Amino acid sequence: MKARVHVMLKDGVLDPQGEAVRHALGSLGFEGVDKVRQGKVIELDLADGTPEETVREMCEKLLANTVIERFDIELV
Amino acid sequence: MRAAVIVFPGSNCDRDMATALTAAGLDVTMVWHKDTDLPAGLDLVALPGGFSFGDYLRCGAIAANSPICRSVKAHAERGGFVLGVCNGFQILTETGLLPGALLRNAGLKYICRTTPLSVATTDSVYTSAYEKGAQISIPIAHHDGNYTADADTVARLQGEDRVAFTYAENPNGSMSDIAGVLSANRRVLGMMPHPERAADERHGGTDGAPFFAHLTQALSDA
Repeated sequence: MKARVHVMLKDGVLDPQGEAVRHALGSLGFEGVDKVRQGKVIELDLADGTPEETVREMCEKLLANTVIERFDIELV
Repeated sequence: MRAAVIVFPGSNCDRDMATALTAAGLDVTMVWHKDTDLPAGLDLVALPGGFSFGDYLRCGAIAANSPICRSVKAHAERGGFVLGVCNGFQILTETGLLPGALLRNAGLKYICRTTPLSVATTDSVYTSAYEKGAQISIPIAHHDGNYTADADTVARLQGEDRVAFTYAENPNGSMSDIAGVLSANRRVLGMMPHPERAADERHGGTDGAPFFAHLTQALSDA
């Protein structure tokens, strides 16, 4: 089985990289881009039957810094 | 007084830190990240600057989960002194020993230059040799030094006089110009600027020397 973890900065935490991407899109002529937030996707190949709770623990201990980031787990 | 400098793969200020601590009169041991125990009888553990584990995942995240960091955490929880500079500060926030986090610099660029700092408190073994409010010139060299924390945390740090240094000219977007913070017991200090790179005439500046000069005395009084 696979799990896909999406890690994003929490709302309210400034994202200078997302802001730079927004500027770059604007300078390429794409209009109406109000906001860009950049995060990361982490794919895990896991032993079948690994509970979502274990993946959650991986996120809390290592994959995300919950001071500034939130995460979503997608089992695929 | 005994100190250990922890060496991670990618640390690059470990020897600078050891040199500064040795010059200050501490007996320094280098400790590899895979070791599980710190030498007995340590007074101070220093986490040096650099790019531990290539900054993979997040700066300091992998180092914070290395075997030695469990012992560093236990040392801090016993009331031991811990100093983290640059990547060391990032590691301390990742371990939870210090609040907040270090984000990418607001200008997105890696910044390497000497920058003016204000000494925000003299109530710590690291800052007691300075005058409160003194302006000192210390090098910074980082890409992710933009200190952030929620508003309550920043207010608590300020209210408890736990901001050790502030930037006089904020280079990286840090909240409230914060360059370094102390733990609640004032024994754990994390800071982005590098006092060990301004501790010898040959560095081109010695404003970091007082940081180390009273350390031995202050540690033995503590």
